[in-house]
Amino acid sequence: MSPKSLSGSRNIRAFTLGLPLGWLILLAFLPCLIVLAISLVEARIGTPPYEPLFTKGSGLLPRINATADNYIRLVTDPLYLDAFLSSIRIAAISSLLTLLLAYPMAYAIARAKKTTRALLLMLVILPFWTSFLIRVYAWTGLLNSNGLINNALVKLGLIAEPLPLLHTDFAVHLGIVYSYLPFMVLPIYAVLEQLDWTLIEAAEDLGASPLKAFWRITLPLSLPGIVAGLLLVFIPAVGEFIIPDLLGGPDTLMVGHLLWTEFFNNHDWPMASALAIALLVLVLTPAMIVYHLRRRGEAAS
Amino acid sequence: MDAHQDRSLTAPSPPGAQSASPLISLDRMSKRFAGTPAVDDVSLDIARGEFFCLVGASGSGKTTLLRLIAGLEQPDAGRILIDGEDITGRPAYRRPVNMMFQSYALFPHLSVERNVAFGLEEEHRPKAEIRERVRAALDLFDMAGLAARKPHQLSGGQRQRVALARALVKEPKILLLDEPLAALDKKLRERAQSELVALRARVGITFVMVTHDQEEAMRMASRIALMRDGKIVQIGSPSDLYDTPRSRFAADFFGAANLFEGRVTAISETEASVESTEAGATLRARSASSLTIGMPVAVMIRPEQVRVSRETQQADNALRGQIRGLVFLGSTVLCHVGLDGGKIIVVRLSPTEYASAGAPADGESVYLSWPASSARVLTE
Repeated sequence: MSPKSLSGSRNIRAFTLGLPLGWLILLAFLPCLIVLAISLVEARIGTPPYEPLFTKGSGLLPRINATADNYIRLVTDPLYLDAFLSSIRIAAISSLLTLLLAYPMAYAIARAKKTTRALLLMLVILPFWTSFLIRVYAWTGLLNSNGLINNALVKLGLIAEPLPLLHTDFAVHLGIVYSYLPFMVLPIYAVLEQLDWTLIEAAEDLGASPLKAFWRITLPLSLPGIVAGLLLVFIPAVGEFIIPDLLGGPDTLMVGHLLWTEFFNNHDWPMASALAIALLVLVLTPAMIVYHLRRRGEAAS
Repeated sequence: MDAHQDRSLTAPSPPGAQSASPLISLDRMSKRFAGTPAVDDVSLDIARGEFFCLVGASGSGKTTLLRLIAGLEQPDAGRILIDGEDITGRPAYRRPVNMMFQSYALFPHLSVERNVAFGLEEEHRPKAEIRERVRAALDLFDMAGLAARKPHQLSGGQRQRVALARALVKEPKILLLDEPLAALDKKLRERAQSELVALRARVGITFVMVTHDQEEAMRMASRIALMRDGKIVQIGSPSDLYDTPRSRFAADFFGAANLFEGRVTAISETEASVESTEAGATLRARSASSLTIGMPVAVMIRPEQVRVSRETQQADNALRGQIRGLVFLGSTVLCHVGLDGGKIIVVRLSPTEYASAGAPADGESVYLSWPASSARVLTE
């Protein structure tokens, strides 16, 4: 290869690495810094609706108007703590329910014939062809007091009065499980598809019943897929806004929704920003823990 | 190719072992996959303490037969008895049989020690007993120092030993081995062959091994079943199969064979005369099966049984030909001799035999001869 084309390939590499990096810095990292800055100042009436972080000070150095008030409110006002705990609880329960539903699905797909496998995977991905918002909204039509489910149950004579399904925590859980199911199915499928099934035969040969073989071999070996799936569902579910907004009731308390209220109803941008930063820290923590565990696992092996 | 010359690693089966009631008895077993028979009406008895080999080309059904014994497949028809007990339909995890897989199938998330302990843990043995037996099994294979390692930290040979230890620690009645040495390189494989034979004698467990390698089967087995298209073609000791094959297929599978097609012209008690246009002569050979005059048969002679000389020899069978190629392999000389009819005969000589034949050069005319007792009539 001539030196010219070598430097050409180096340019291509710089371009292919630089483009996403530039994208991330410009559209993810800088906005985060802006949110962080806003979360450190006080709200005011005006445009923009917050005090500037830096003002002209005496001498050359600018004056910093930082305050921890928003964060102090975050931990002292029980509303915010409740919202966080409730979000974590809803996201955790929904993630586990998604796992219980997704694991058998992924297992069945991985053990299906090669030709049917592609079709089944297609069916898992198919809902993505419709807008997320519309799919969640469609559930209101199903869960309504004169929606499809209630009407059918009343007509069948199973219930006299329509069940309160919509605008409940139940509907929120249902919405999350429904919306994020593919994110759990796909990573678990990816692991199971790579699994050497003779390991299961070996376990059975050594005296393990199919159930024990699953528990001792298949499940531990599919753990990476389970962890990836749980993260992929839990992280967006914790900050979910659309699902609690459309399906949740007046008692449903979730951080994403509270953040929206602070921002649009109360015009308290700094408080909304503080919530956003706290949410970011919350979702990054499990991801970082998993990342470090995996790094340590790789270093050990 | 020269398995017959190498020292067999096995001691001959103890007398009386064959007459005792069989440890494994397969009774007309059949198994089909998508309509295609993989194992077709196979009946087979294996005695206690045997080192039994199933050989055949890929797709001959040997692995399916092994998996039927393990219980990893269930037969469509037929019965399987172990120690006189009918275990047909019993799942793999409830059979007194353990298998060593071709890929070893070591559990990647468990240490060597936990891999070996797996089967005993499933039996719910006391912890102290498990520890003791696992240590003994690892000691047997000099693997005690590697107990804490994970499978991916082991070499191929070490993995093979762990797989063996894991299967043997349960003290099964039968150890099934599916191509146990296929993943090892040639040098390691030859050592592992003798180790396996010695191991079987030491632990006293019946081994049933699948291999596609006829030489490996002959070195290791006390008895061999040759399989083809889901059926057993012939069962016997390695020397039975080599010296008295019943079919052209068996003759060809175990070592090199020169075959002459022809028709039976005369029959005596132990011999037959076969007129062969390929040989351009009437050949005399030993025959075991019942023949009729005019029956189409083949005469087989092994390359090392043919004598080569410059002059005509007084012998049961004598043919004339021309040397068409010489290959010096060090311990042997391979001569390719073209007969007048065009057929090529392979002859294997020791260097001494070659020298005493007058060291015929390429293109020289020679006489080939062999006694009727070293040739065989094959009907199948």
